[in-house]
Amino acid sequence: MSASHTTALRPRLLGRASVNTVVALSVLYTLLPVLWLVLAATKNRDALFGSDLLSLGDFSFVQNLRDLFTMDGGLYGRWYVNSLLYAVVGAAVGALVSVACGYAFDKYRFRHKEKLFGLVLAAVMVPQTVLALPLYLMASGAGLVNTFWAVFIPVLFNPFGVYLGRIFSHGYVPDEVLEAARVDGAGELTTYLRVSLRMLGPGLVTVFLFQLTAIWNNFFLPMVMLSDQDLYPVSLGLYQWNSSATVSPEYYPVVIMGSLLAIVPLILAFVLLQRFWRSGLTAGAVK
Amino acid sequence: MTTTATSRATAAARGDARASGTAAHGSRKAARRRQLAACAVLMTPFFLLLLTVFLIPVGTAVSLSFFSDDQPGLGFGPERTVFVGLRSYAAVLTDPTFLSGLGTVALYCLIYIPLMVIGALALALLLDSGVVRLRSWAQLGLFLPHAVPGIIAALIWLYLYTPGISPVIELLGKADITVDFLGVHTVLPSIVNIALWSNLGYNMVVFYAALQAVPREVIEASVVDGAGPVRTALLVKTPLVRSSIVVVGMFTLIWALQLFTEPMLLSQSSPMINSRFSPSMYIYDAAFTRNNYSLAAAASVVLLMCTIALSYGITRWTSRAGSAEEAAR
Repeated sequence: MSASHTTALRPRLLGRASVNTVVALSVLYTLLPVLWLVLAATKNRDALFGSDLLSLGDFSFVQNLRDLFTMDGGLYGRWYVNSLLYAVVGAAVGALVSVACGYAFDKYRFRHKEKLFGLVLAAVMVPQTVLALPLYLMASGAGLVNTFWAVFIPVLFNPFGVYLGRIFSHGYVPDEVLEAARVDGAGELTTYLRVSLRMLGPGLVTVFLFQLTAIWNNFFLPMVMLSDQDLYPVSLGLYQWNSSATVSPEYYPVVIMGSLLAIVPLILAFVLLQRFWRSGLTAGAVK
Repeated sequence: MTTTATSRATAAARGDARASGTAAHGSRKAARRRQLAACAVLMTPFFLLLLTVFLIPVGTAVSLSFFSDDQPGLGFGPERTVFVGLRSYAAVLTDPTFLSGLGTVALYCLIYIPLMVIGALALALLLDSGVVRLRSWAQLGLFLPHAVPGIIAALIWLYLYTPGISPVIELLGKADITVDFLGVHTVLPSIVNIALWSNLGYNMVVFYAALQAVPREVIEASVVDGAGPVRTALLVKTPLVRSSIVVVGMFTLIWALQLFTEPMLLSQSSPMINSRFSPSMYIYDAAFTRNNYSLAAAASVVLLMCTIALSYGITRWTSRAGSAEEAAR
């Protein structure tokens, strides 16, 4: 008995160690590039190319920060504000629109409902590159090319948010609540705004967060629509600066510092809203 | 449970209505009208967006692909738009640069999707096995790259691939290994690595959430039956999260087919990536560098058709595999 117990234990311990090693190596794989970015942001240009990353001798974090915000007349600050506007306002409006639609899909019955929902799901599949040229031509027809709206309006569209909104309203808003409100004589929209929307809170935050990430990541659409540097989001601005860096290397430290600052808002959002998006992921994947 | 409660409630309501007769019938009709009006109000903003930034653009892309701007004579005289039928499609499908772009993306999908799905699932199964220390910290660490925008992930890795800046190349150099990460055979694996790094943790969290939802009794039963942890993970847990695997595989495929951001950025530094490296880059090049709208539109429609066909194929294949499995039980 005890002999078989120890022989069974040894491979288990071995397995335990190798499982932990695999997970630890994967975590290193995901963390080290970000750590490199943090360290590289503290280096001036010479130290960066000297690739002596861990020496603390030439610490120029503050200098790099100052360079970043003064480069090309303080363009980076503008890009940052633009990105925040596109992403935060866009995600807030987009989440409200999508969740309202998903809620209506869940709570009301009408003819051809599932066909219409199928259309929404099909929209998830269509590549952005397919829509870019027609959107550009439409925006140019409406005189909106190279304006804030050319980027802002298309990013509001979030069919996956409708799908999540339907699942959330099925899970969070019991039909009895609506029945009760109807018996009390409350209007449908009043019930939505006063009662259902509050229950949908966590779902709304999840959709918001998904869309915030998507808009903050957006690169293709601004590249197609915008030629005025003052309207660029951070992603497109850094792309442009990086192409300048191949010719004039003084851009390298600025691009690295700019990249570091650009990942801060999303990390903050994910950490602060952690308990919401976890439930959202489960709903999106399991059902 | 909710459904039975509701159906009972509606049954009761129906009984009431029958008892009170036609007056109630009229008010019910009015209530139904009010509900439909509310439904319309809630849906209108989204469907306005769907119409303007989705349906009309898709329609425009399709119609653009059948027309072309022809310049009569020797480029003199006004431009006019003429119907050219399938000519743009013929031009796209016989263009070797477009076909090589399709081939590149096909190869990219073949390497990237299995690595991603298997890697993320394996990590989730390991985390779910209960022997990992500091589990929530490991999850946060793995998830971190999801907060890094695609273009910045590409920037970080571009620098890690650049000799002179990269500590990786220097370390390998000390061990007398020289690698050109942006060479002719390495550039595609280098792009796969960027995408893998960006999305591995996110998909791992999706799988992990699905695994957490597997009823504990099922797993206990398999342990009682004498299955070891590896067998339990592969033969019991994995089939139970099949729907998540399909969802993750599908989204990974749709994103992979759009390959654009990473090669676009790397092309600034690598001569191995030309401006028509992937179909999306081809579309961008045709539309905004060469101003050939009908060619770009035809290429978009081809890409769209490939996406739809592959997604449809996956759904059909998995649902058939699923029903075969049901039948086998």
